[in-house]
Amino acid sequence: MSRVRVLVGTRKGAFILTADGGRKQWEVSGPHFGGWEIYHLKGSPADPDRLYASQSSGWFGQVIQRSRDGGKTWEPMGNKFTYEGPTGTHQWYDGTPHPWDFARVWHLEPSLTDPETVYAGVEDAALFRTTDGGQTWQELPGLRTHGSAASWQPGAGGMCLHTVLLDPSHPGRMFVAISAAGAFRSDDAGTTWRPINRGLTSEGIPDPMAEVGHCVHRIAMHRSRPGVLFMQKHWDVMRSDDAGESWREVSGNLPTDFGFPIDVHAHEPETVYVVPIKSDSEHYPPDGKLRVYRSRTGGNEWEPLTRGLPQRDCYVNVLRDAMAVDAFDPCGVYFGTTGGQVYVSPDAGDSWTPIVQHLPAVVSVEVQTLP
Amino acid sequence: MIRVTLPAHLRTLARVDGEVKVAVEGPATLGSVLDALEAGYPMLRGTIRDQVTHQRRAFLRFFACEQDLSHEPPDTPLPDAVVQGAEPFMVVGAMAGG
Repeated sequence: MSRVRVLVGTRKGAFILTADGGRKQWEVSGPHFGGWEIYHLKGSPADPDRLYASQSSGWFGQVIQRSRDGGKTWEPMGNKFTYEGPTGTHQWYDGTPHPWDFARVWHLEPSLTDPETVYAGVEDAALFRTTDGGQTWQELPGLRTHGSAASWQPGAGGMCLHTVLLDPSHPGRMFVAISAAGAFRSDDAGTTWRPINRGLTSEGIPDPMAEVGHCVHRIAMHRSRPGVLFMQKHWDVMRSDDAGESWREVSGNLPTDFGFPIDVHAHEPETVYVVPIKSDSEHYPPDGKLRVYRSRTGGNEWEPLTRGLPQRDCYVNVLRDAMAVDAFDPCGVYFGTTGGQVYVSPDAGDSWTPIVQHLPAVVSVEVQTLP
Repeated sequence: MIRVTLPAHLRTLARVDGEVKVAVEGPATLGSVLDALEAGYPMLRGTIRDQVTHQRRAFLRFFACEQDLSHEPPDTPLPDAVVQGAEPFMVVGAMAGG
């Protein structure tokens, strides 16, 4: 019988939640790497038992862990992330030049076809790749050395490369997003990059429609239609129908167009999920009601999904990497909160149940649908 | 053999209990004991000092025989009691954070 494995990264360790296709009875494993921040862990699509985890701490820096058995055992891998060539500078918060300085790995994106190959999005923003299962990491420097890079500026959480999307139908095409530089696309496997931010508008920056400088929070695609992208920006939910060449706003009737995660239904490419969050500094759900919003029309028309979610006195946040979907039918939707809850909806968002309620603050959620 | 004590998280990462013992070739200095430690336990590379610059991570300190060696250069000789194994070389994590 098919099973589902939910990989949860938290501020104080990793947890692995497993269930059968009914998604009602859950087993909880963890904490793995207790006490460490686990920004992200993800499995290889080519070998689901091959997992990679980003483990870090303010005391001890960055560690990369790898599992070959679905998270039962782990082994530390290479953790040397050295920028290629001269590091150059980006803008600091006050606008002065600031040298690129590695802080941590935010996101690990395993290759769609090779379990040994993984991309790592890091802070300060750059893209690294391993082709030997995590033993060594090499930067793809074309992104960090893009002509606009000296003008990039960090968001409040640091200048992080937090989103890596691999296009399954165009080998060599990938998308990344950086806070607060924007979205970028490569068509040559990461060698060269160009900004894809036309149509984004960010009030508060000198040129609201600038080529770079937009605080993109998350991008999502459906693998059957990778030219269509959905974006949760600092403000505005956006959509592109031409692989990022242009964007249009699809915030529609959302109660607030601010938020962090965005994801797409596994079988319905026009069904999209977001979690509206009150901005600019509160970063909790409007009116104390935790609501996922679903659009079945690819944006603009959104419906609140509330059954099973707290509808009073709820002031948690849902971070950018903390939502995922499974491949069952009906599609399961999952998200984690900074209050330590991980919710599952086994019916595409119609109803929700907490799998766990008292974890450390959840940073990331990934889902594997296993045979 | 030089005895080295590690913070709990690094003992877990290195999969050791209690102190570790490392053999140093040549003069036993602050730098050479860390070289030996990282050679014996490669998973600790980068967790105590930067892998390229060898700069100590900000929230770690080095102590031996009640001396704070944290700000000393890498060629600083370790105290005789540490070289002879009577006292440990201590890598200590700052008590900070949440």
